[in-house]
Order: sequence, then C-alpha cells, then structure tokens
Amino acid sequence: MIFWKLFCTFCKIGIFNFGGGYAMIALIQNEVVEKQGWMTMAEFTDIVATSQVTPGPIGINVATYAGYTAVVNAGYDPFWGVAGAFLASFSVILLPFVLVLLISKYLLGHKDNPVIKTVMSVLKLTVIGLIAAAAALLVNAETFGTYAENPLQFFLSIGLFAAAFIASLKWKVSPILQIVIAGVVGGIVYYVFM
Amino acid sequence: MASLGQLFWSFFKIGTFTIGGGYAMIPLMEKELVDRHGWVTRDEFMGIITLAQTLPGIFAANMAAHIGWRLRGVPGAVTAVIGNILVPILIILALAMGLHYLQGNAVVEAVFKGIRPVVVALIAAPVFRMAKTARISLRNFWIPVLAALLIWLLGISPVWVILAAGIGGFVYGKYLEKKEVQS
Repeated sequence: MIFWKLFCTFCKIGIFNFGGGYAMIALIQNEVVEKQGWMTMAEFTDIVATSQVTPGPIGINVATYAGYTAVVNAGYDPFWGVAGAFLASFSVILLPFVLVLLISKYLLGHKDNPVIKTVMSVLKLTVIGLIAAAAALLVNAETFGTYAENPLQFFLSIGLFAAAFIASLKWKVSPILQIVIAGVVGGIVYYVFM
Repeated sequence: MASLGQLFWSFFKIGTFTIGGGYAMIPLMEKELVDRHGWVTRDEFMGIITLAQTLPGIFAANMAAHIGWRLRGVPGAVTAVIGNILVPILIILALAMGLHYLQGNAVVEAVFKGIRPVVVALIAAPVFRMAKTARISLRNFWIPVLAALLIWLLGISPVWVILAAGIGGFVYGKYLEKKEVQS
C-alpha cells in the first residue's frame, strides 16, 4: 500500500535529517528514487528545482511534491496525489515535532552537554559527505544528457553546471535567480533553436 | 501574551514571504518574534536557533514548534507549524499538479533541460561552503569522504551512515575525547 509506505518513508526521512534542506534532499533522493523507485532521477531533479523557487522550507516543498509524484506515478488520480502530498509533508514533520516538544519540556538544560556537542560535530561532518554523494549521484545522463545522443546539450549542461557552481561559491548568486536564468536559457536553446 | 490567532498570523507571514529555505527565515523571524512582538528575547532566540539546528527535522518547523509551545503550549506549537507551512504546501502542490498536467510539453521539457545541471551545482556548492564552517582538518576529513563513498559507490543508505556517525560520535565523545584531554 503506497500510502503506508509513504508515511513510513517520510517519517524516517524526518527523524534522520540532521543538517538542513540539502541533507534532506540527499535522504529523499535515496529513499524515493533509489530504494522505492517512485520516480526517475530527472523527475526528482525537477522537484528540487521547483522547490527552490517557491516559498517555504525546501524540505517541506520537496516532501510535498515528491509525495504527490509518487502517488500519481503509482497510477492513482490527482486527488489521491494531493492526499499523498499532505501525508508526506505531515510525516516528515511528525517525529521531529514530537521530539522538539519533549526536549523543550524535559531536557532544555542539556544542550551544552559536551558529548552532545561532539555527536553534533561528527554529524555535521557526515552530512557534508551525504550531500556530496547526492550531488555525485545526480551527475548522469538524465540530468546532463549524453555526448553520443546530443553533443550540444551535453556541453551546454557542463557549461551551465560550471557557471552555477562558480556563481554559487564565488559570487553568492541566489539559487532562485540561477534557476530562472537556466530555465530561460534552456527554453530558448532547446525549444526555439532545436 | 500571544493569542493563537496572532501566533498563526506571524508564522503565516514568515512562511509565506521567504523563498530559499528555512535559514532564509531567520531575519524575518527575528523581526517578527523579537522586535515586533517581544515574545522572546534576542538571547532566547539565538538559543532556540541552536536547539532547532541540533534536533533532526526541518529547521523552520522546529523553530515554529518550539516557539509556539513556549507561548501557548501544544496547541500553540501545532498552530505555529501549520501557519508556517500552509501556503508553501499549497503553492508547491499547485505547481506539482500543473507540471504533471504539462508533462511531455516541449517548452517545459526544454526549460527543465536547462535547469537540471544547475540544480546539481546548487547541491554541490554547499558541500564546499559547509566544509569551511565545519572546520574540516587533516584529522577529520576522512569522515565526510568515507560517508560520501559509502553512499555513492556502495549504495549504502544515508540513514545507516547517519546512525553510525551518531553512535561513533557518542562513543568518541563519552569515552575517548576526555582521556585525550586528560593526558
């Protein structure tokens, strides 16, 4: 039953997410693309792109959109897709929410505990590897195209990747602007000229 | 003291008017909760940020849950979280439905063909930014490298990697780190 699986999967994603929206993207990618096969890598990439240009926490946006896509791809009506979307965003919040309340109530004084600090710094380092793996897994024919099939798309993809990478690190250009520009470039080159 | 309606409205504004993820909400939260309403002091606010970052889950939802709880108990926590994510969920849902409807449309496909490699770069870039803030050194750089290789090449689930890191960090912090300091 896809709804039960959706619930369990996104509960797991929520409680194992340390380190922000990008870490959550890594977890969701592994669960919904690799393990459950609910969508393709290209679909997932499109979901991440859309989630970055709309308001709200990226984790919530990706969960909502992925929940909808998973259910619709499984052959259900859009109505059930909407139910899947709400279920996924509810599940992803549920366990951390309970944990926040429990900790707020009983354990607030312990957050300066040195052991917890060490655990957090190890997790922080691990999450960097997690995100790096997510990025590496996204470098494939679905996102970049192939040289054999369409050399122009392949080289343009590499160019756009390099430009976005430098723009993010060196000039700190906002992701929204980058996605909008890449969308315009893609629309013009691939639709108008090809 | 805050009413549930005020709490909802404040988090509604915070969630609706920030694009770019949870951390982008911090300035607006500070303005709304500290400066405008005085529901928490600036010091408390900083403490809550640390708490929300330390706990698993979604940063913005954790912030909303804790501040809502502080002001109005469990109903306050539920109200703040719903206020924070309601509009974002509806917007992304509308887009999801629209884009599914347009699936196979040549223009949409062309646009996303351009966007996909940029998304990969947007996910790769924070790796280097985070590496700086996490104080990577010769002694600990094997941790992220090993984590990445386990997931990327061996296909191990990130969940297991996180679990192992948590347990490893706990054992190290509890039994090994202290001895190093003493000796």
